[in-house]
Amino acid sequence: MSAISREDVVHLAHLAHIEMSGAELDKMTGELDAIVGAIASVSEVASSDVPATSHPIPLTNVLREDTVGQTLSIDEVLLNAPDSDSDRFKVPAILDGE
Amino acid sequence: MSNYTDELVDFDEALDRYDPVLGFEVHVELNTKTKMFSDAPNAFGDAPNTNVTPVDLGLPGVLPVVNKTAVEYSILIGLALNCQIAEKCGFARKNYFYPDTPKNFQTSQFEDPIAYDGYLDVELEDGEIFRVEIERAHMEEDAGKLTHMGGATGRIQGADYSLVDYNRSGVPLVEIVTKPITGAGKRAPELAKAYVAAVREIVKNLGVSDAKMERGNVRCDANVSLMPKGAEKFGTRTETKNVNSLRAVEHAVHFEIERHAAVLDSGAKIVQETRHWHEDTRSTTSGRPKSDADDYRYFPEPDLVPIVTTVEWIEELRGRLPEPPAERRKRLKAEWGYADKEFRDVVNAGVLDEIEATIAAGASAAVARKWWMGEIARLAKAADKDIAALGVTPATIVELNSLIEGKKINDKIARQVLEFVIAGEGSPSEIVDKRSLAVVNDDDALGKAVDDAMAAMPDVVEKIKGGKMQAIGALMGPVMKATRGQADAGRVREIVMEKLGL
Repeated sequence: MSAISREDVVHLAHLAHIEMSGAELDKMTGELDAIVGAIASVSEVASSDVPATSHPIPLTNVLREDTVGQTLSIDEVLLNAPDSDSDRFKVPAILDGE
Repeated sequence: MSNYTDELVDFDEALDRYDPVLGFEVHVELNTKTKMFSDAPNAFGDAPNTNVTPVDLGLPGVLPVVNKTAVEYSILIGLALNCQIAEKCGFARKNYFYPDTPKNFQTSQFEDPIAYDGYLDVELEDGEIFRVEIERAHMEEDAGKLTHMGGATGRIQGADYSLVDYNRSGVPLVEIVTKPITGAGKRAPELAKAYVAAVREIVKNLGVSDAKMERGNVRCDANVSLMPKGAEKFGTRTETKNVNSLRAVEHAVHFEIERHAAVLDSGAKIVQETRHWHEDTRSTTSGRPKSDADDYRYFPEPDLVPIVTTVEWIEELRGRLPEPPAERRKRLKAEWGYADKEFRDVVNAGVLDEIEATIAAGASAAVARKWWMGEIARLAKAADKDIAALGVTPATIVELNSLIEGKKINDKIARQVLEFVIAGEGSPSEIVDKRSLAVVNDDDALGKAVDDAMAAMPDVVEKIKGGKMQAIGALMGPVMKATRGQADAGRVREIVMEKLGL
């Protein structure tokens, strides 16, 4: 039984604003299913009383003092911007956002 | 913008048949010096993209580090909202794709907010207390600011492109979420306004936020649903965004109740969606459906380790809590001895701090109220300014009052002196000297003025001699004229009586 259906991939592609062809969807469905299947084997060894781990090292409270540091120059900020205008990033108008 | 007009049901009629259920998400921007996860300045109004570090741009390989002060401010907010503080909590990635976050996720808290299970007692205008249960208060970061360019309306609809400024990206936020609020009935809009006002007052009083709604320091999303009167199962809710003034919160809840009632009356169903508030038309329009976009695929943020709060840390922070605003009001009312209405007027006029400072500077409670609610309020209204913006200091009031009590000036002159103070002419004493406004009560000068007046009005003098004491009033005009309004009326009366041997 597949963990990832083709519909799941269509849905994820939509959420991520990625356009995918039918062939790509088919390929990705198989690949993602294999990955999720591999990861699912972890659940077989981890019992329900083991809390999920997001950090392998037991560190807590890595905090910094509220002191202002160095910021980037405008040129540095916009270095990777595909387009800019008036020192701001220029992006296509997107309708379905917040 | 929708070009149809929503059907509405009259508010009172709607609430004869339905019970409203409210819920609020209030975002508070903290006023830390730096951002939540980077050491870029947290400042409002700077040139675009000047307060930006690689962390705020989500560049590959960057490592966010949590701002300790932001965590402490969040705990303070939690404590002030009577919340439990989590012993251990962490951050999560809320994934979405929109240019206001270059990382493609917002760092937030999901399953383990830093504060939870609290309440806030909200005081309505007539003094009734309504308890609002707080579900949680969690830490997160603000997004960048988009400006939509082109198109006819300046709104995103019809825009050609958008410009992004990431100065706000990463500014620390605390999102305060209520539990569903039932039982407000017809007072729902009033409660909505009072709740947001109370949250704003608390964060301002804590000093953890500038709390200016017009700058977006405090922002509210208002959830509204209706259920048939007496029902227990909540109706479908809508979430109205962009309600960023106290008045707008009140109006938005009022509008949504009227709109929901019309939809439900027609037999249709409420669509679960976000609604956009429009201040100009005082109405909402449909945003996006909520269900699909809710798929944020949260997962624990691997770059940030958990936060553990010790009892000592929490108690140290609890020790920093100022007196809660509501308790302070109760205490001041008792101390000052104002009547209910007098005190409410003072609160509504927003001069509680000014009166408190004036009393601390040495004035009586009655004198402080007389000035701030009287002449100063009148001058502010005439100048179309906030009372605070006039720049009247407590010291000025105390000085004016001591000049009156020392009989150096009378009430009428004092009001003039105040206007000169506001105009920047100096302190009251300086102005009285400079403009020679001191009341004339030296008996030589007054005696001469009285003699002149009596000589000019022999008939009046006869009347007084005949026992008509109110006739003294007729002498007052010429005496005041001779002393340019600065005579002490009581003393003039005494002198007249002395001269006539009465």
